[in-house]
Amino acid sequence: MNLDIRAPIGLLFTLTGLLLAAQGGLGDHARLKLDLLGLNIDLLWGVAMTIAGLILLGLVALNRNKAD
Amino acid sequence: MALGASDWAIIGLYLIFVLGIGWLSSRRTKSGNDFFLAGRSIPAWVCGLAFISANLGAQEVIGMGASGAKYGIATAHFYWVGAIPAMVFIGVFMMPFYYGSKARSGPEYLRMRFDEKTRAFNAFSFAVMTVISSGISMYAMAKLIQTLHVLDAPFARLGLPSAWIFHAAVLFSAIVVLAYIFMGGLRGAIYNEVLQFFLIVAGFAPLVWLGLRQVGGWEGLKANLGPSYTHAWAGMAHATTNRLGVDSFGLIMGLGFVLSFGYWCTDFLIVQRAMAADSMSSARRTPLIAASLKMFFPFLVILPGLIALSLTASALRPPAPGSAAAKAAPMAISQATLADPGIIPVKLDSSTGKPMLDSNGRPQLDYDLATPNLLIKYFPTGMLGLGLTALLASFMSGMAGNITAFNTVWTYDIYQAHIRKDASDAHYLHVGRMATAVGVVLSIGAAYLASQFNNIMDLIQLLMAFVNAPVFATFLLGMFWKRATGHGAFWGLLMGTVAAAVHHGLTLPAGSLPGVKGGWIMVAHTYPSEMAQNFWTAIWSWSVCFGLTIVISLFTKAPDEASLVGLVHSLTPKIKEPETWFRSPIVLGAVVLTATALLNLIFR
Repeated sequence: MNLDIRAPIGLLFTLTGLLLAAQGGLGDHARLKLDLLGLNIDLLWGVAMTIAGLILLGLVALNRNKAD
Repeated sequence: MALGASDWAIIGLYLIFVLGIGWLSSRRTKSGNDFFLAGRSIPAWVCGLAFISANLGAQEVIGMGASGAKYGIATAHFYWVGAIPAMVFIGVFMMPFYYGSKARSGPEYLRMRFDEKTRAFNAFSFAVMTVISSGISMYAMAKLIQTLHVLDAPFARLGLPSAWIFHAAVLFSAIVVLAYIFMGGLRGAIYNEVLQFFLIVAGFAPLVWLGLRQVGGWEGLKANLGPSYTHAWAGMAHATTNRLGVDSFGLIMGLGFVLSFGYWCTDFLIVQRAMAADSMSSARRTPLIAASLKMFFPFLVILPGLIALSLTASALRPPAPGSAAAKAAPMAISQATLADPGIIPVKLDSSTGKPMLDSNGRPQLDYDLATPNLLIKYFPTGMLGLGLTALLASFMSGMAGNITAFNTVWTYDIYQAHIRKDASDAHYLHVGRMATAVGVVLSIGAAYLASQFNNIMDLIQLLMAFVNAPVFATFLLGMFWKRATGHGAFWGLLMGTVAAAVHHGLTLPAGSLPGVKGGWIMVAHTYPSEMAQNFWTAIWSWSVCFGLTIVISLFTKAPDEASLVGLVHSLTPKIKEPETWFRSPIVLGAVVLTATALLNLIFR
């Protein structure tokens, strides 16, 4: 059977997303460029990437159950 | 630019995953068929994403942003005119012969359809081009890392001289790409290209979003930059009334037909991704799936350039061609503006440190820094790591595409055809792995060559135009005219390449000196822009190859029809179309073309 490429992509997106979200939650005001951007992009995009990663992992799990 | 711990962690995670995928793929790579063709077992959507990614090198991501800032949304012609129609054509009409012939490479198809000499000509020129383009990609990436000062702080901490940063960037990227192709072959490259595709989108989409918020959206861009930057078709009737400096005939015939079909329909780097598909139906859908996403790429890679220009001092923008301001003497630009121009810096002469001026006496902008500077300005720590990862991913996918095409063409079309004919599969697998290493070493050499000479980049781009343009005529006649002969194909191809060189030697773009830019025989004609000259070189070279192949074919012995079954359209049984309409390449192709026409209409 071929490698389901959605698994590593899902895992990488989840881990990168969590790292970004943590940086967004814990980083200081200036380093997050909050004044310039008017929003916390690290936190927002981190959460978005985590959700996208989890969806991909969910699809892989679903597929595996179907195959069994 | 100083990177934080989270930036390094994100880049590190990416590298671990890329190598991990190479290792996972290596477990299924046991034969030549696995290594060079991924066992012809990859699903259509994976091949489709790899099809886009292999072509999406760092030069494209940086270069399309630069062109977006220089020419405006008209840069999207490189997608909506110069890519999508050709991608639909190869999927619907040409793939049945590439995939159905069971050829293992583009040159091998030419051997089956024509003869050994046509294959050899194509294989040698293609092998040289792949090594050179992966070298240029490597050079562009290392130069960017140096310019953005990504590695300055860690190098200072380790007490290493900053002059080594370029060498380190070249070596390191080469080793990573070598490792994952060496282990997993084409399968490793394709799976990584899919991962890289997702990362490029994840890294650039937020940049576009943040940038558009800053400039007040597309309406804000239109109000700020004016119609000459925000309309793709305005002023295209004449070469002097648009920023590209080309007229619509040159654009459609040169870019939309010859260059685009020459690249997307014949370049083995691209075709190899579809040949790895698990069935004929998947192979035909591969370029169509790619096209359905590719048509939206202008928003990802060109818009950052327009946003960066909008955030650069308006006094530094060249006036619209044909406008009153373009005819008037240039206005003086204040020292304050020159010192702080905004996102895109002014190009400085490296010897005098003064701004470089164009032929009208206006300071030139360093457009190559449009996208990277936008990234540095708006991405905070964390996102910066993701943005750099996206750049790194685009570079690696582009380089890996070239290296996998090189190792296949070297092993099957040069080594097996001319050096050792009847060796075992294990032997060719070993040769393929060695060719991967040699290809990477040669690419490193090409990267240093590019860094040594100012004009080498121009020269290389030119050579590629010479080689790519005529070959489409050869494939087109090969697949759709059963009377075309090997002698016709070979001499047509050779003389098409010579015609490109002669046309280039006789013409010059306005404002250039004879030499690498053209006119090295004599200046018989001057084009309004380099792009116009490039498009017309392609048109001439294709026409000579097409015409000469037909004439010589008619004067030489017709090929035996029985040997052409599966290789030529009129002699091949019609393929059964898939039963479900949404899997039909014709339906998919029609949808993609309609959507592209709509995009052209919206941004006209």
